Amino acid sequence: MKQTLVVLISGIAGLIFGLGLVVSQMINPAKILAFLDVSGNWDPSLILVMGAALLTTGIGYRLVLSKERPLFSTDFKLPKTLDIDKKLVFGAVFFGIGWGITGLCPGPALTGLLIGSTEIYLFLIAMVAGILGYRVLGSFVMRG
Amino acid sequence: MENFTPVSALIGGGLIGSAAVILMLFNGRIAGISGILGGCFSSKTGDIPWRIAFVAGLVLSPLLYGLFRDENLEITFSTSTPLLIIGGLLVGVGTQLGSGCTSGHGVCGISRLSLRSITATLIFMVTAGVTVFLFRHVLGG
Repeated sequence: MKQTLVVLISGIAGLIFGLGLVVSQMINPAKILAFLDVSGNWDPSLILVMGAALLTTGIGYRLVLSKERPLFSTDFKLPKTLDIDKKLVFGAVFFGIGWGITGLCPGPALTGLLIGSTEIYLFLIAMVAGILGYRVLGSFVMRG
Repeated sequence: MENFTPVSALIGGGLIGSAAVILMLFNGRIAGISGILGGCFSSKTGDIPWRIAFVAGLVLSPLLYGLFRDENLEITFSTSTPLLIIGGLLVGVGTQLGSGCTSGHGVCGISRLSLRSITATLIFMVTAGVTVFLFRHVLGG
């Protein structure tokens, strides 16, 4: 029963998250690139999207994480790694280059799937290939 | 700055934040899209259904939006096919290597004041800005 509720809540959270990306037009790569292009015809909208998200999540997390446990689960699953290592830095650089080239990141790309553009299909296939490639090979290589 | 859309940006950001809070309050999970998606390919099968449900919610959300507003969603690309594929690969690998993307580090991580997430977000924002500058103003894409 709990497991069904967990899945149901996840679906609702995904819907609301996606709705936020659609409403704020963050699913439009041109809008992301117009934000990243500071020296061009700058569009600061993304700052307000992040600002509002951070304010909501910051206050919400503060209230939620002061509880003993989540409502439908045994514990809060928070990242345990604390140090800033090479993987984090290189990962962020790779992600930043990919984001800058395309104007797409995982959330908006998935949310845009049904809009049916070939560009999004190509990006998503390449992204999933990158995720799988890393999971199969990368974790093995980077252990050295 | 004629493209600036402050009202929809604030409403959208509030929705994104609310989704992150809901997922933490009920399920105790971080709303990091690349982590949720990456875990779909994990061997821990019991951990997979909630991830698929979240991704399905994202994918179906434009339909929900369509119930309220009758308009075509604008998606404009200026990237060539080879670059889209290279960009997709870099985003895929980068998010797994760096343990997060705009949502996981940029929203959830910073909200917890995680030093790792603040560092990652600064790095990918600056890198993306430099990439756009190079492609648009130096290489003249």
